[in-house]
Amino acid sequence: MATANRTTRPTPRPGPIPLKRWPGVARDASRVIDAESTAPVDSGSLRTWHFLDNGPELERQGLDPVGTILCVHGNPTWSYLWRNVVAAGANSGIQPWRVVAVDQLDMGYSERTGLERSLEDRVRDLGDFTRALGLDDAAGPEGVVTLSHDWGGLISQGWGMKHPDLHRGRIFTNTALHHAQGEEIPGALRLALHPAVHGKGTRSTTAFLDVTLSLHKGTWDPEVRKTFRSPYTSPAAREGIQNFVADIPVDEGHRSYAAMQRIAQAVADDDLPCLVLWGPGDPVFKQRYLDDILARNPEATLHRFDKAGHLVAEEEDISTVLFTWLDEAYLGAPDVVERHRVVREKDRKASPLALDYRPMVSELEERRDDDSLAVVDMGPAGRGLKDRSGDSERRSRTRQATIRRQLSWRELAEQVDRTAEVLRDLGVQAGTRVNLMVPPGSRLTTLIYACLKIGAVIVVADTGLGIKGLTRALRGASPEFLVGIPQALLAAKTAGWPGRRVLAGTAHSSTLRLLGAETGIESHEVSAAQPTTPWNAPQPDNVAAILYTSGSTGPAKGVAYTHRQLSSMRDAIQNTYGLGEGAGLVAGFAPFALLGPALGATSVTPDMDVTQPKTLTAKALAQAVRAISATVVFASPAALMNVVETREDMNEDEQAAMQGVERLLSAGAPITVPLLEGMEEICPHAKLHTPYGMTECLPLTDVNLDQIREAERDADPQDGVEGAGAGVCVGTPVYGARVQVVPLDDTGAATGEPTHTPGITGEIIAAAPHAKDHYDRLWWTERTSASIPGWHRTGDVGHFDATGRLWVEGRLSHLISTESGLLTPVAGETAAEKISGVRRAAVVGVGPWGAQVPVVVVERESAPARNGSRAIKDGPAPQALARAVRSVVESATGVRVAAILQVREHPTDIRHNSKIDRPRLAAWADSVLSGGKVRKP
Amino acid sequence: MSKTAAWTAPDPSGRRAILPDSSLENSKDRTVVVTGASGLLGSRVALKLIRAGYTVRCFQRRDAVAVRESLQPKGLERFEQHRGSITHPDHVSRALDGADAVVHLAAKVSVTGPWEEYVETNVTGTRILLEGARAEGIGRFVQVSSPSVSHAGSAFMGQGNQPADPDNARGNYARSKAYAERLALDYDSQDLLVGVVRPHLVWGPGDTQLVERVIERASRGGIPLLDAGAALIDSTYVDNAAEAVLRDFERLETVHGKPLVISNGEPRTVGELMTMMCEAAGVQPPQRTVPASVAKLAGSVVEKIWARRPGADEPPMTRFLAEQLSTSHWFDQRETHELLDWKPEVSIDEGMESLRRYYRPRSSENTASLRPLV
Repeated sequence: MATANRTTRPTPRPGPIPLKRWPGVARDASRVIDAESTAPVDSGSLRTWHFLDNGPELERQGLDPVGTILCVHGNPTWSYLWRNVVAAGANSGIQPWRVVAVDQLDMGYSERTGLERSLEDRVRDLGDFTRALGLDDAAGPEGVVTLSHDWGGLISQGWGMKHPDLHRGRIFTNTALHHAQGEEIPGALRLALHPAVHGKGTRSTTAFLDVTLSLHKGTWDPEVRKTFRSPYTSPAAREGIQNFVADIPVDEGHRSYAAMQRIAQAVADDDLPCLVLWGPGDPVFKQRYLDDILARNPEATLHRFDKAGHLVAEEEDISTVLFTWLDEAYLGAPDVVERHRVVREKDRKASPLALDYRPMVSELEERRDDDSLAVVDMGPAGRGLKDRSGDSERRSRTRQATIRRQLSWRELAEQVDRTAEVLRDLGVQAGTRVNLMVPPGSRLTTLIYACLKIGAVIVVADTGLGIKGLTRALRGASPEFLVGIPQALLAAKTAGWPGRRVLAGTAHSSTLRLLGAETGIESHEVSAAQPTTPWNAPQPDNVAAILYTSGSTGPAKGVAYTHRQLSSMRDAIQNTYGLGEGAGLVAGFAPFALLGPALGATSVTPDMDVTQPKTLTAKALAQAVRAISATVVFASPAALMNVVETREDMNEDEQAAMQGVERLLSAGAPITVPLLEGMEEICPHAKLHTPYGMTECLPLTDVNLDQIREAERDADPQDGVEGAGAGVCVGTPVYGARVQVVPLDDTGAATGEPTHTPGITGEIIAAAPHAKDHYDRLWWTERTSASIPGWHRTGDVGHFDATGRLWVEGRLSHLISTESGLLTPVAGETAAEKISGVRRAAVVGVGPWGAQVPVVVVERESAPARNGSRAIKDGPAPQALARAVRSVVESATGVRVAAILQVREHPTDIRHNSKIDRPRLAAWADSVLSGGKVRKP
Repeated sequence: MSKTAAWTAPDPSGRRAILPDSSLENSKDRTVVVTGASGLLGSRVALKLIRAGYTVRCFQRRDAVAVRESLQPKGLERFEQHRGSITHPDHVSRALDGADAVVHLAAKVSVTGPWEEYVETNVTGTRILLEGARAEGIGRFVQVSSPSVSHAGSAFMGQGNQPADPDNARGNYARSKAYAERLALDYDSQDLLVGVVRPHLVWGPGDTQLVERVIERASRGGIPLLDAGAALIDSTYVDNAAEAVLRDFERLETVHGKPLVISNGEPRTVGELMTMMCEAAGVQPPQRTVPASVAKLAGSVVEKIWARRPGADEPPMTRFLAEQLSTSHWFDQRETHELLDWKPEVSIDEGMESLRRYYRPRSSENTASLRPLV
């Protein structure tokens, strides 16, 4: 700015900011400037522009900006949308940035020209403005990075196209660069454009403005909302909104269509650094616009704010993310994600346990001449699928299961080949995202290995997320194909899940139409025109699968695994548990279920409703075991709970079959000793393992029942092992995995030096060849989880004991901060769960951080309802129980509990039905203990 | 426990805590005037001061029997008494004559009665005492206030030491105490150090205000739990409150001008507190639950009836009480603990055990030495 020497240049003047100010805007940040128009519509006129600018602040602090962020709003917001970026510009990055947020003409507090300005005009306008401001030769050494929203996206990129030397990077929030001819435009806009609505909705009334503001996903500060509306209080002031809406280039006939195409092409042609901050819950700028942006900027850094929508800049702290990205992209700050990948790769290669890469499909390929059994599906004997839904509990408990479908290795290999052919014929290639919505069994196995063979990316989001969670997850992953069973296809049609729909199976064309499916995998005829060329094996470091977290710790996150990492998961299982060729395994737990063919083991899927793990009965499990003489069982804790409850229903043969089980694995959520003991009675010769891990690294550590018992003995405070106790013992790392803890500071942040020192509590971090590659489309989340190079931050808290066993104490986000220090929940919970009548316990904190008090919420064993016996009421626990809980918790942990509440059932995640939703429970406890009416948690 | 005759409070004489002469510290040769020394907290404060070496001049209308009967011969040498009213300037100036300090606990504590009576005792009385202290050249003054001066009856959790707010305080008692606290702080100066201590819900053996009222009414089945009695509230065992007052008094140089809320730092649900008190006395704890909205309504009706009814008895339920019993109020004690360099010594469980020994001594327990004050 100091170099401005052209005497003709206009100077900025103070803006129209009112005396009481706009919340979040420094007084001197509001400025106006006159600029001569070169736009075709009013060339030569002098126009007055309003803009927000941290230039005065930089001058005051004596700072020279390293570059300029030019913020361009859309319709019908104004520069106010960018106030937090403007306020953060001087002091957030390694070096200061100038931030200029402009009000477009006819918008905000800029001049009302009364003219219909086209896209072309507006691009010129913006150039006129930057010239007047002197940005063209004083933007700073890093030039201009554009930051835009809504239709500001196209305008800013049009400006960039005309200022190629100045434009050095682009940051998009929800916007569109291109609208393809013939594509349906989003419903919300269609309505605004309708002649009957257009004038009324955009100019005469504030409807369009109000609808846009109503897209805010959080709650508005009323003053902020008022400020957003303030420049648009009269119909004349709103004319710009109307004209803007009219300028949306909906089809080729539109005057701005050609300009749009040129701009969109220009974005694709340069390779400027690009950051996309996206709110997926946007009814206007939907996923397809994001996909288009990514297609034009393949190297873009993308973070989706899962809970945000159209007004992402208003709903989320985009400043922190944005300036961190600028630091990394322009100012030499280490690329944290890249640094992590480099260290991880180095560690992997240096590991003494490193194995050669053996693709997942290798075993299957090698056994294509083997006629022994590879996969077996169990199902109800006799009738088909139909009588499943009508099952009474009694009938389902005693129902006979039989083999419904089985494939030898040879048949499986053939089916996989055929399915791969079909998928390729439909257009699936290496890197294509294919969402599989098929229950575990031979069909799913076939599809998975076909995708692995092609190199297509398998997207797996299980029904445990619920329809809302699934929709969110699938929109995020935006798979090109959805292969599913009829129910899934119907749900996809209703919920608008993305992807071309293909039936997993075969059906009449009328049924296919009804399901909105193009074809059925098994009936599809591969077009003869396409020669069956051999395909190339996928690259080991390309993404093979995206698995979704359970969503019990916030919105479900997509976790990307490469082919190498999936193979490493197989190796970890194989080498930790000695499983492999010739073994028979019951695949009752989804992530491991896909490993059977890779391990060379025969796998059987028991007769159950896989969407509800609770429906696995003892009988069904035993019949599956018997069908292939299985020696290994994978099952979820919820399924095992039901198996133990229904064990009486097994007949002698079935009981005998269970005697042959040598190993049982249950993962996904912590499993209690009584449950393991129940399983021990059913399969007395089995080692009962309960590995610990997360979707990002499964498994991470392993422990079995004998070891748990030993650990409990070692937890004796007098005569035990240093560090043992105060949590759940999850054993030692599995093959290839490493674990450390990062000690916590006083505020509960994990900031210490990673350590194995016994008794030191900290965040658990993991490194393993089978750990995740990255979070899908969640750059900021990935960056946070990878901030210790080579390691994944799990968000769990725990400590080691002197023998190297890991003890988990809860989640970092479940820490309780009391006056006497930080408290982790699990130790108190374990103690409370020893009281008879308590099924599960959760320790939560109420009150302000630093002065919280611990509250124990117990889930009571429901006594059989008898006449006169009082039902368990949600609310304060009876005095006798409260006294017992208080006393065991204090003697086990030294913690004094403020209150003991009871519930009939804890709120849990749907997938495992076992991860207690502590934040929700804490909010409930807070409300109950405030004296409010007692509601259900 | 079957329904029997209503419980009656035992005669306190013979059950009092004893301050053994052997535990007295050396005399400090300074005289502290304690107002309201006949009450539960006032008597404990007086005894703490005596033990710490002060001469205590108890100043109130009724005989400070609880103090006197707890003392042994050497202790009695440090005990003086002036009977009188704090609203009477003459009584006050006589009581303050030659004294070095004042700890002011006397107050009209009630949930009914006309506003003027509260102003008279709680505001005017405080002003007369402060004026008297200033005239006498007294340098130290501790005002015992109440946490209710700073909140408006809505629920709060982990609140810090907020300033008094008479405009929003609920009920005559809280409002008048809020004015009194502001007044006291106005007098705070280098010549007259004024400290403010706000103990929350004080209880202990022989407490007629809370404990015995709860027990007695529960024995008649007269106490319902509002909204299941789940509101989490702070309370203060009397010895902890007295110790905190003493700490404040001794640290006035650092803590003057700063109101400090005192509690046990162990919030409990209303239901559990009441249940524990009843169990200590051996009566059936409250069982009925009533929605708080109903109780508040009933309370406001009762208040209106009682307003027209002459007589000294307390109404069974008032709006203020309904709010107190159905909304959470507990405090962030970090600042208090830091400024006083103090933490409560007697836990709620230990406090309940001394209630039990007071109301239901086992034959092996010598009633004469129920809980020596050491």
